[in-house]
Amino acid sequence: MLKMTPLNQTHRDMNAKMVDFGGWDMPLHYGSQLDEHHKVRQDAGMFDVSHMLPVDIKGDNVRDFLRRLVANNVDKLTLPGKALYSCMLTPQGGIIDDLIIYFLSETWFRIVVNAGTADKDVAWMMKQRDALAPNLEITPRRDLAMVAVQGPNARAKVWQVIPGSQTATEELKLFQSAVVGSYFIARTGYTGEDGFEIILPASDAPAFWKALHAVGVAPAGLGARDTLRLEAGMNLYGQDMDETKNPLESGLAWTVDLKSERDFIGKQALLDTNVTQQLVGLVLIDRGVLRGHQQVVGEQGGVEYTGEITSGGFSPTMNQSIALARVPTQIASNGEVNVVVRDKKLRAKVVKYPFVRNGKVMV
Amino acid sequence: MSIPTNLKYSKSHEWVKSEADGTVTVGITHHAQELLGDMVFIELPEVGKTLKQKEECAVAESVKAAADVYSPISGEVIAVNSPLVDEPGKINEDAYSAWLFKMKPGNTAEIDGLLDAAAYTALVESEDH
Repeated sequence: MLKMTPLNQTHRDMNAKMVDFGGWDMPLHYGSQLDEHHKVRQDAGMFDVSHMLPVDIKGDNVRDFLRRLVANNVDKLTLPGKALYSCMLTPQGGIIDDLIIYFLSETWFRIVVNAGTADKDVAWMMKQRDALAPNLEITPRRDLAMVAVQGPNARAKVWQVIPGSQTATEELKLFQSAVVGSYFIARTGYTGEDGFEIILPASDAPAFWKALHAVGVAPAGLGARDTLRLEAGMNLYGQDMDETKNPLESGLAWTVDLKSERDFIGKQALLDTNVTQQLVGLVLIDRGVLRGHQQVVGEQGGVEYTGEITSGGFSPTMNQSIALARVPTQIASNGEVNVVVRDKKLRAKVVKYPFVRNGKVMV
Repeated sequence: MSIPTNLKYSKSHEWVKSEADGTVTVGITHHAQELLGDMVFIELPEVGKTLKQKEECAVAESVKAAADVYSPISGEVIAVNSPLVDEPGKINEDAYSAWLFKMKPGNTAEIDGLLDAAAYTALVESEDH
């Protein structure tokens, strides 16, 4: 039996093409994935991301617990409402999940984790809690729904729908959040566009979704979500990284704090590791479509190196194919590599991602 | 969308139209494009190439996946729909007018052996359930 979000019937009423996404019955698109992609880049679209799980951690000294639990440094969270992107690591430095931590108060932090990893994440958090801070209360919040409204006009559309939200959220910077009544509104996203991710009571979600639709926000499915995040150069857990990869070889060194005295789970392993691989962006020069698991062949100083595409696809904004690939650190940016597509070798340019941000092509 | 009765179909979701001059026109079905979603890349066979029945001869890629196109019959490729390469979305708009290539059949008995509209409708329905 597939799991359903509070918006399941709403998607069906809007003629969504539903698919099994890691055990969740989710909308792939509502007609055209390409149209949904462009709508988010140019105007405003909304995604049901209720399959992701908010986890509340409450009690005294939550911050101390998180200093140990995650690789980024929660001491960066000084202002209530501020958010932080981080990996949670195994002692070996492998990525258990990537997540966003919201600082609400010294006794209440909220962590939003991926759907596919939610059960293992909560189990891991509870295991660490039992050992390090047994007084803390960890609560998975399946009673909540989550809607991402993204695009250049997304914030203005949300303000039309949630009374009083404009005053409360107009001044929010990226990665800041505010509470407006029963809505938790964060200026975050997974598309490379401006917008909000909004957490709300599950029972309010269908009416909220319909109200957004009524002011012109286009429903968008997982298909567009994937092409948007790939253009934005954002990693997808399970594809671009997993427990066998560490953040340093996954383009996420910027999220790891190795400088402070603070010890965190996985830190020693990262300090001991010799980083030989990196994630790079690829832009296909020849015609075709790059896909995950295709082999990359590059040459540096007469030596041949091989790598693999972790996420590939067609970029609707650039009208050509792009990919993220894990390749040896020797392969430099701006060089050219070959990608083996079926029986052919296609040429691709190695670039620094993101490919697209705020509607503009960056490569 | 109804399945045209004047065409023949392969089990691998190609459609075949017998033309008055004895050649055939080949495309992929509405059902195939629906499964694939928005088309973004088409690779066509070379004109002059001789194909065997069920041989991989073209590629149709959507945002979601790559699909091989199989030659529904044996024969020689005599024309390809080159403009389609720049506008793969035409297949989504109307799969039965966005043809891929034309062939000179090697063995007309193979055309008779293809599915008719009723048999193809049954195939699609069995895949949907």
